[in-house]
Amino acid sequence: MTTRYSALSLFREGLAGQTGWQPAWRSPEPKPSYDAIVIGGGGHGLATAYYLAKNQNIARVAVLEKGWIGGGNTGRNTTVVRSNYYYPESVELYGLAHRLYEGLSKDLNYNVMLSQRGMVNLCHSTAEMEIGARTVNAMQINGIDAELFSPEDVRRVAPIYNFSPDARFPVFGGIWQGRAGTARHDAVAWGYARAASRLGVDIIQNCEITDFIIEGGRCRGVQTSRGAIRAERIGMAVAGHSSVLAAKAGFRLPINSYALQACVSEPVKPILDTVVLSPGCGVYVSQSDKGEIVIGGGLDRIPSYAQRGNLPTLETVIAGVLEMFPIFGQLKLMRQWAGIVDVVPDSSPIIGESPLPGLFLNCGWGTGGFKAIPAGGTLLANLLATGKHNDISRPFDLDRFATGRLIDEAAGSGIAH
Amino acid sequence: MQLFPCPFCGSRDETEFHYGGDAGNIRPDGAEVPIDRWADYLYLRTNPKGTAREIWVHMNCGEFFVMERDTVTHKVLSSAALGGEHAA
Repeated sequence: MTTRYSALSLFREGLAGQTGWQPAWRSPEPKPSYDAIVIGGGGHGLATAYYLAKNQNIARVAVLEKGWIGGGNTGRNTTVVRSNYYYPESVELYGLAHRLYEGLSKDLNYNVMLSQRGMVNLCHSTAEMEIGARTVNAMQINGIDAELFSPEDVRRVAPIYNFSPDARFPVFGGIWQGRAGTARHDAVAWGYARAASRLGVDIIQNCEITDFIIEGGRCRGVQTSRGAIRAERIGMAVAGHSSVLAAKAGFRLPINSYALQACVSEPVKPILDTVVLSPGCGVYVSQSDKGEIVIGGGLDRIPSYAQRGNLPTLETVIAGVLEMFPIFGQLKLMRQWAGIVDVVPDSSPIIGESPLPGLFLNCGWGTGGFKAIPAGGTLLANLLATGKHNDISRPFDLDRFATGRLIDEAAGSGIAH
Repeated sequence: MQLFPCPFCGSRDETEFHYGGDAGNIRPDGAEVPIDRWADYLYLRTNPKGTAREIWVHMNCGEFFVMERDTVTHKVLSSAALGGEHAA
């Protein structure tokens, strides 16, 4: 029986006819009660369960997922990992995620294929370069790697960009983060699931929450499509549907749900070895390890729970890609899809106890939840274990909307949402 | 391209419209409004999955109106000029 992935186990299994491999995670029947329940089997939920077991020594944990794990936004994003944010609070949060990503494959014994190929946010005018310099300075002061790129630097990392004199959005330079890159999104979900399962976490798929069990003003469990399951501490990480669950628990959130589209081309030979974001075009582009050109853009501007995009936004995004990279004009699009994202007024996540005691939130990541998975999991696990914030999660509490201490990262999200 | 019904101009392309928030989210009145009530008005949203009553503006004619819509199917259920709770 092979449980650990290594070159040696691969070799041994080759000799043994591949008969010893085990399923990556167990699929047990739900127990009637746990020490903690995590609602949502995406990256954030699975990471929460893993860090509960690993960092907090709480392994009687269930992850309840209404569909299949990693089937929501974890499987629908554009796989970019970065921490080029402006405010110190955000840098602490996304910096933690970025550092954990760098050690994740080893930590999980699962290759998440992190590729730190660098990312450049282009500046299209002198004014944008001044803002770019300010952003780079802020990032460096906050201890995050960043570099201000000249047009020559941009040409060096993205020679196929449209540098023609009549380009609609000429390059004046850019904000470079060399540690940024991409990771295999499904592997992040599967890796956390496998590692959590091995530490004793029950991953229960096809288990939809129908209601919360509320006794004495506290959340004490959930009613599900597979029966009642009780726990004293419950976390939810259900981006896109946070408001739907909040309504069941009896409160509202500062969230609107929107569709965010992405698309990929047919696979081609390596041509783009970095991530390029053009604020002018409203598009960012990278190339996957399979060779597909991965394209992301802005939100569909119609509140929606439909996991599909509308054509006008796709048209805008494709027009932007062709402006950035005229060479891509002959590519065929292979797939297009959308995920439903939690859009919050200050473009920062919500982490903390909900208005219903015993129920803790990890939501509101907007268009950028994937890059934050290890941090979201670490912080929600800490909240579930201790009932208290730490210094990193405290600023992101729901109470900031009453106190006015918003963390406005509208620019940090990269594309104007 | 989806068509949205402007109560003043008829069916027009979705790109001509802009979302303006929940219908029925009325600004609190008076000097003694508690902080939580302000936070509720400014930030908290119903964000329903299914039928939603929303304020929209048709940017071409500049008129605001109420549209009822299904947020899962995107089917438009009704569209009417502002009145009642939102009357000027």
